[in-house]
Amino acid sequence: MTPATGKSYTRSETAPALPAPVLRRGIAGWLRANLFSSPANVVLTLLCLAVIAFAVPQLLRFFIIDAVWSGADREACLGGPNGNAPGACWAFVRVWLGYFVYGFYPAGERWRVFLFFGLLGFGIVWLTWLSAPRRDVGAIYFFVVLPVVSLILLGGAPVLGLASVPTAMWGGILVTLVVASVGMAVSLPIGILLALGRRSTMPVVKSLAVIFIEFVRGVPLITVLFMASVMLPLFVPERLAPDKLVRALIGVALFASAYMAEVVRGGLAAVPRGQYEAASALGLTWWRLMALVILPQALRVTLPNIVNTFIGLFKDTTLVFVVGIFDFLRTIEVARADPSWAAPNVAVTGYVFAALFYFACCYGMSRYARTVETRLARGRR
Amino acid sequence: MQEGSGSSSAAMPGAEVAVEIAGLDKWYGDFQVLRDVNLKVARGERIVICGPSGGGKSTLLRCINRLEDWQRGRIVVDGLELTDDPKRILVVRRDVGMVFQQFNLFPHLTVLENCTLAPIWVRHMPKRDAEALAMNYLARVKIPEQAHKYPARLSGGQQQRVAIARALCMNPNIMLFDEPTSALDPEMVKEVLDTMVALAADGITMLVVSHEMGFARQVADRVILMAEGQIVEINAPKNFFDHPQHERTRAFLKQIIH
Repeated sequence: MTPATGKSYTRSETAPALPAPVLRRGIAGWLRANLFSSPANVVLTLLCLAVIAFAVPQLLRFFIIDAVWSGADREACLGGPNGNAPGACWAFVRVWLGYFVYGFYPAGERWRVFLFFGLLGFGIVWLTWLSAPRRDVGAIYFFVVLPVVSLILLGGAPVLGLASVPTAMWGGILVTLVVASVGMAVSLPIGILLALGRRSTMPVVKSLAVIFIEFVRGVPLITVLFMASVMLPLFVPERLAPDKLVRALIGVALFASAYMAEVVRGGLAAVPRGQYEAASALGLTWWRLMALVILPQALRVTLPNIVNTFIGLFKDTTLVFVVGIFDFLRTIEVARADPSWAAPNVAVTGYVFAALFYFACCYGMSRYARTVETRLARGRR
Repeated sequence: MQEGSGSSSAAMPGAEVAVEIAGLDKWYGDFQVLRDVNLKVARGERIVICGPSGGGKSTLLRCINRLEDWQRGRIVVDGLELTDDPKRILVVRRDVGMVFQQFNLFPHLTVLENCTLAPIWVRHMPKRDAEALAMNYLARVKIPEQAHKYPARLSGGQQQRVAIARALCMNPNIMLFDEPTSALDPEMVKEVLDTMVALAADGITMLVVSHEMGFARQVADRVILMAEGQIVEINAPKNFFDHPQHERTRAFLKQIIH
């Protein structure tokens, strides 16, 4: 280029050297950028390190090093290995594991529960794995085939040589998964219908939807469960009264539907008016307009909230114990009260085991939602 | 430039009527948006409606496919009077294509899926045929290569051309354009207008709300000025622009032609 011409926007002398760049790469650079970038951050980092240094060894000692891994009763968990104070009593979980998973389901028939878990897992993977083939068939499998097969498999069908197992004998993780998956599978479609009803221009439909949603949301789940459990039999003849588990399922599903309706309504409101108009102008009927144009957009927007509701529902299933159903948490409660396992650390171990289970399920749902969100964001924009 | 085909302010006698609007009154609450609007549009006729904003142009257009309802008067589209009967409304809408100012493409569907949605679900056309039809119209609006993209990846002008193709896929007898170029960047206006000029040459009935006066001169059979909810002037484009009959028209033209 031409040398300096004396114009005010050209430089006439060499620019001063910039200071050497701060090291940004490597471990040292990362530490400096993320952990020690300012005095306040240095203090926070040191504090966190102190907490970790204090807590981690203790947790390790309690849950692993001094934990009791095997034994037949409380004696095993009274003294830790190496003569230390006893840690977590995993022996308790090992001995009771069958009960935690199956409840009182007859030991000889437990393969049926196991098969149910497999079928359920297969359905979930088929539906949630975005690039799986024929996901429409997957939906039919999950929402139509699976419930029927599961009912026959778990409840029994003497005709097919499957001994009948009354729901009173079901328990543990089996019940938790049945309640949660029925709750989710029912609440989403009903919630969508309720949300559509609430936005309807037909006064009767609209007020029915509003009354249902506001009433159910206005009372605690425990109340809904008691009502489903106690009041439902009053309305139907004795002979036709559904069994205890089904009543609880209805309660949970209705409760979740009301919340889902409000979540979906938020998504419907987020779809611009122009979308309704464009779809109407093409001559689509109301149902097709909703199913093909509005709901796909609305549900996409609300996906994080839907999963949030599912996570809440999954944890709320623990409340079914109030109507005498032995869900997973309840089986732990029962087991820890067994006198032959009365040891100081048994209860803690049981609850930690429950926490791990619930965390794994809920965190899994949360991660899945994140994955889908990022993928949808990448696909459409 | 092409002359308006000898039409005058009255409806063309003898020609089949595509849209007939008679004594239309519409209120939003206390505010009257349409006042005694009367208009007959012959089959194949091309009408451009202009006028100041808030004058009721878009509202009138949106009444023709019943996106808006009205309190008094009647509209007959292709011999079928629009009533409250939802089935009848659907029949009319299938026959009337509409292009919006904001494009209103479906963002969750690809360009091709946008175009095939109505043929498949409203006309019950097999998917393969609908796709062939859509590709044909996408080629006519000159963007077949964008068929598998999502609308958000397209420019405004391309999106509006997709919107035109989407409406054409229903083989409508009548096309409504509600300010189709108003939301576009200036350099994209021409590509959309060119598409509409080509469409006009095919003889489809068109009602266009627009301020593109060059387009009106070139394509329209009649130009309408609407203000305060009334039709102020209906005239052949040459007369409309060169010898407007009403003071209101003159004032409006002076304002938009700087």
